[in-house]
Amino acid sequence: MNYRAHKLKEAVIEKIILLSGITSIVIVLLIFIFLLKEGLSLFSSVSIKDFIMGRNWYPISNPPQYGILPLIMGSILVTVGAAVLSIPVGIGSALYIAEIAPQKTREILKAGIELLAAIPSVVIGFIGMITLSPLIKNLFHLPTGLTALSGAITLAFMAMPTIVSIAEDAITAVPRQYRDAAMAMGATRWQTTWRIVAHAARPGMIAALMLGIGRVIGETMAVMMVTGNAALIPHSILQPVRTLTATIAAEMGESVQGGSHYAALFAIGIVLFIITFLINGVADIYLHRNRKKGLK
Amino acid sequence: MDDERNMTNEKSIIKTRNLNLFYENFHALIDITMEIPEQNITAIIGPSGCGKSTLLRVFNRMNDVIEGVRMEGEVDIDGQNILDPAVDMVALRKKVGMVFQRPNPFPLSIFDNITFGLEIHRLTQKKNFEVIVEHFLEQVLLWDDLKDKLHKSALSLSLEQQQRLCIARALTLNPEIILMDEPCSALDPIATMRIEELMQELKKEYSIVIVTHNMQQAARASDYTGYLYLGRLIEFGVTSQIFTAPREKLTENYISGRFG
Ligand SMILES: Nc1ncnc2c1ncn2[C@@H]1O[C@H](COP(=O)(O)OP(=O)(O)O)[C@@H](O)[C@H]1O
Ligand SMILES: [Mg+2]
Repeated sequence: MNYRAHKLKEAVIEKIILLSGITSIVIVLLIFIFLLKEGLSLFSSVSIKDFIMGRNWYPISNPPQYGILPLIMGSILVTVGAAVLSIPVGIGSALYIAEIAPQKTREILKAGIELLAAIPSVVIGFIGMITLSPLIKNLFHLPTGLTALSGAITLAFMAMPTIVSIAEDAITAVPRQYRDAAMAMGATRWQTTWRIVAHAARPGMIAALMLGIGRVIGETMAVMMVTGNAALIPHSILQPVRTLTATIAAEMGESVQGGSHYAALFAIGIVLFIITFLINGVADIYLHRNRKKGLK
Repeated sequence: MDDERNMTNEKSIIKTRNLNLFYENFHALIDITMEIPEQNITAIIGPSGCGKSTLLRVFNRMNDVIEGVRMEGEVDIDGQNILDPAVDMVALRKKVGMVFQRPNPFPLSIFDNITFGLEIHRLTQKKNFEVIVEHFLEQVLLWDDLKDKLHKSALSLSLEQQQRLCIARALTLNPEIILMDEPCSALDPIATMRIEELMQELKKEYSIVIVTHNMQQAARASDYTGYLYLGRLIEFGVTSQIFTAPREKLTENYISGRFG
């Protein structure tokens, strides 16, 4: 009897887990369907090409123009900038924390990184706005400090905790036996770290980068506060830009539900959804490869 | 125990004198004095936890990374006391190679496993790599099996092949001594036999020290045997003598299976 009760319990737990798994998939699907439903109507009046490649985003002029190229460029500039800044620093920190730092330093740094991850993005944006942008304005003698560069630096701070903690996990997970083997061959610590450990942890580190960058692309508040929000195609990283996410957040309140502006904002949502989906997909593949320890 | 009885007539390559090792307060190796003869296979046997691995790891200073390790006494290799803090660790580890209990090829290609040591020590130019890889894989009898998949991951090999690759990897540094810590414990009996055959080939050029808790292996494959018990070297001598006419009661108990 006891045995049957046990089996029943197992079965119920299994079903609950299955159900929650299915629920999350269903919710994602519903979100996507909702985006499509609200956004696709735009394309009855605007072609996909004009939407993606259009150089003008004038949603409230008459007639309105819905070209998101400047927004895409803004997002790319800020994201690539953030990646260029955060990847070397993030990987370097992860290697330092996992391989070189003494026990005590390591714990302090890890706690600091976790703290950094816990700071809400508005707060980081606020700090960026009042400290970073005046600095950039004065440094480069610009009319305004609210630029793509300010956005990139601010976002780099937000990507860093993700990159460092996931990359650090990947590095720490490299079995000791590889390090022993390298040491027994007279490899220095640096040679061991660089040629063996970093190599073995590479899939995990790439996944860390992807997730860090994923966070950057989806980020809205901080970016809105420091980039100046000008929907123009930027010619340098020292100009104001506006990103896809910031556009949605800034304009959703003033658009008419069911109108073409409203639909255009949802269409931007579709674009963002596809981008994040792709990045997560690639990150997943790498994480998976890491788990299977496969090479080449 | 009389130290003089632990000597052999051959030219020795490693000499320890009153070697003591502590893990914090734990006295893991006690007053070990022995001479390991050149170009022979020397087995270190003894029950689990008696200090075999610890002793082996003294010879290439691999214990150094463990926090709280302290060593006293002398260990001479080529007339140099390797416990001297000023010893050149890179040179020592080139001279004294190691093969581990679990095969641990790097998660790189077969080719890159062989060239790793050449690259970090800049032993030769890149253009010679192919010839060298072939040479060392030949030496461990892997070439015929692997010559068409040199760029596959070393982790895709069988355990025996991985262990052979690890031996080849150690050979690339042209060591004088090869330390092997239970190199066959992860392998099946047939693979074990073949690794032992390989050791017989290798001893023509290298001095081998092998740790094993498999007494048959020591009896079959080694020329000299040392018996460690609770951190002490109880007896050291020609393998056939140790196994047929041990001088010490403790040795006799151990090899006859009446242990304790
Ligand atoms: N890193 C360490 N710290 C503390 N004690 C250790 C450490 N490594 C081994 N020991 C102890 O030293 C003794 C010898 O260990 P080891 O050399 O691994 O034995 P064997 O290889 O003969 O099984 C054991 O009692 C073990 O518990
Ligand atoms: Mg051992």
